[in-house]
Amino acid sequence: MTALDQPMAGSQPLTPAGRIVVALNRSAIHLFLAFVGLIWLVPTIGLLITSLRPRSDIQSTGWWSIADLTLTIENYRQVLEAQGMFQAFVNTVIIAVPSTLLPLAICALAAYAFAWVSFPFRDTLFLVVVALLMVPVQVAFIPVLTMFREVLPAFELTRGYGAVWLAHTAFALPFGIFLLRNFFITLPPDLIEAARLDGASDLRIFRSVVLPVSVPAIAAYGIFQFLWVWNDLLMALVFVQDASKFPMTRAIQNLLSQYGTEWHLLAAGAFLLMIVPLIVFFALQRYFVQGLLAGSVKG
Amino acid sequence: MRAEKTNWGATAMFLAPAVFLLVVFLVYPAIYTILLSFNRGRNGLLAEWVGLDNYARVFADPDFFSLGVPPSGALWNNLLWIVFYTSFVVFLGLVVAVIASRVRYESVVKAVVFLPMAIAATALAVIWKFVYAPDADLGVLNALLGAVGIAPVPWLGSPQIVNAALIAAGIWGSVGFATVILSAALKGIPAEIMEAARVEGANERQIFFRIIVPMVSLPMSVVAVTLVVNVIKLFDLIFVMTQGGPGKSSRVIAFTMWQQAFEAGQFGFGSAVAVVMLLVLIPIMVFNVRRFRAQAVT
Repeated sequence: MTALDQPMAGSQPLTPAGRIVVALNRSAIHLFLAFVGLIWLVPTIGLLITSLRPRSDIQSTGWWSIADLTLTIENYRQVLEAQGMFQAFVNTVIIAVPSTLLPLAICALAAYAFAWVSFPFRDTLFLVVVALLMVPVQVAFIPVLTMFREVLPAFELTRGYGAVWLAHTAFALPFGIFLLRNFFITLPPDLIEAARLDGASDLRIFRSVVLPVSVPAIAAYGIFQFLWVWNDLLMALVFVQDASKFPMTRAIQNLLSQYGTEWHLLAAGAFLLMIVPLIVFFALQRYFVQGLLAGSVKG
Repeated sequence: MRAEKTNWGATAMFLAPAVFLLVVFLVYPAIYTILLSFNRGRNGLLAEWVGLDNYARVFADPDFFSLGVPPSGALWNNLLWIVFYTSFVVFLGLVVAVIASRVRYESVVKAVVFLPMAIAATALAVIWKFVYAPDADLGVLNALLGAVGIAPVPWLGSPQIVNAALIAAGIWGSVGFATVILSAALKGIPAEIMEAARVEGANERQIFFRIIVPMVSLPMSVVAVTLVVNVIKLFDLIFVMTQGGPGKSSRVIAFTMWQQAFEAGQFGFGSAVAVVMLLVLIPIMVFNVRRFRAQAVT
């Protein structure tokens, strides 16, 4: 300790020249971070300002000409009412809620079995789940669509929300099971063994012991899955084929291909898509970051 | 110790829903897609076997891969993404994490940089399409260039520039991911080591490359592998920003798969592209399974 303390004290710059060097270094750090902040905020703020400017202003001057700034919510009104973004917002909610709750329930059940129920080939089967993590959803698209059409034609799953619910749920399983199993396995074995000795069934242990102490992990995964589905475009593109049921991501894509230069509509549409993730991000940042990072760090 | 009898009822109850969905929606379709890739695949059905014909067409397609000078095609573009996107995200993520750790408002910096991780790729695409707008009265980037007397650049309209512009937008979206993970890893470096290096007279650059980089190399590799996997599956950003254009110059593998299967109706061709994606990911799959087994043993 003392051996370290002494040279540390000695290394503190005491001369005026040393102080200037430190001050310069400090301001270089602040400048760099200010620059980083600018690059990461300006693009989003520019679009936000644009979403609030009248169409004629957007077409004549850039958003940075703040001298003649007039703000309006007309763009939002127009995109919500005339462009059907309100319906698309509702559709996104209708797609996202079951596509979050179903995987949450199914993953938690399976993860409990992989962590605390003993059955033959359990660890081999879990390695299969780890391997499935890497399988791209693209390899499933054509067969699943063909299956919906040939095997279950009466249900017309791609005309409604059924296809996209099922697809989101199934494709979420490898990651969800992986994440929750890795959390459940860190619970103290005594906790589970004690409940077993008391004669509790697995279902009871799952419900009354494992779930209550796992709320943070399950919440983190739930938030991750919810935002994943909320933000998804690809699955909606493949599995939602009725235009009146398109989520916001597809509605914005349609706006872009129809009116590629109508930035008053695009900007407002993009912010309507962003609003819920931003609220979740600021309100539940801790869970959100955990959920997003847990898989890759623990992996 | 616990040589219990298998409780089949409990096992089935907990596992049945997951196993059913995984088999029906992932395992069986993956096998079916591999079969389809050797078939004409009309209507998604296994009707007419064509051997390796689909693969021959995929690799003969200059829009998929062309060894010109410079090389081009979806596979090549994906390679550009893997190399430049991954290395810039990891490097910038580490630099921001290290420098932010020196100030009191560290958490604010991390939140700002992490913010794009929360929003949809579709929204990110609109944000950057706007930044890149060719009109200097609309796009902030061309306005800045105009301020120093440079003519507007068609960022997304030029086959030579479009991939770099898209990759830059992708980097912007992911640096926060690397920053947050690497920042947590930095906190694990004992302060004594840094102090000792400073005492020995190491400058900041030496400390960065000789101490910080080696000490966080494991989390760096984890971040890099995650980014590579994500970029091989990259779709939304390209689809919204350029539709693979101008022409076909910014296509990536996942875009080609979607376009061939669902726009051109070429299910055999599309399946072959999907299998190529799977093959590219298999080394990472093996790596992950091995790493997981090693962890489970220790």
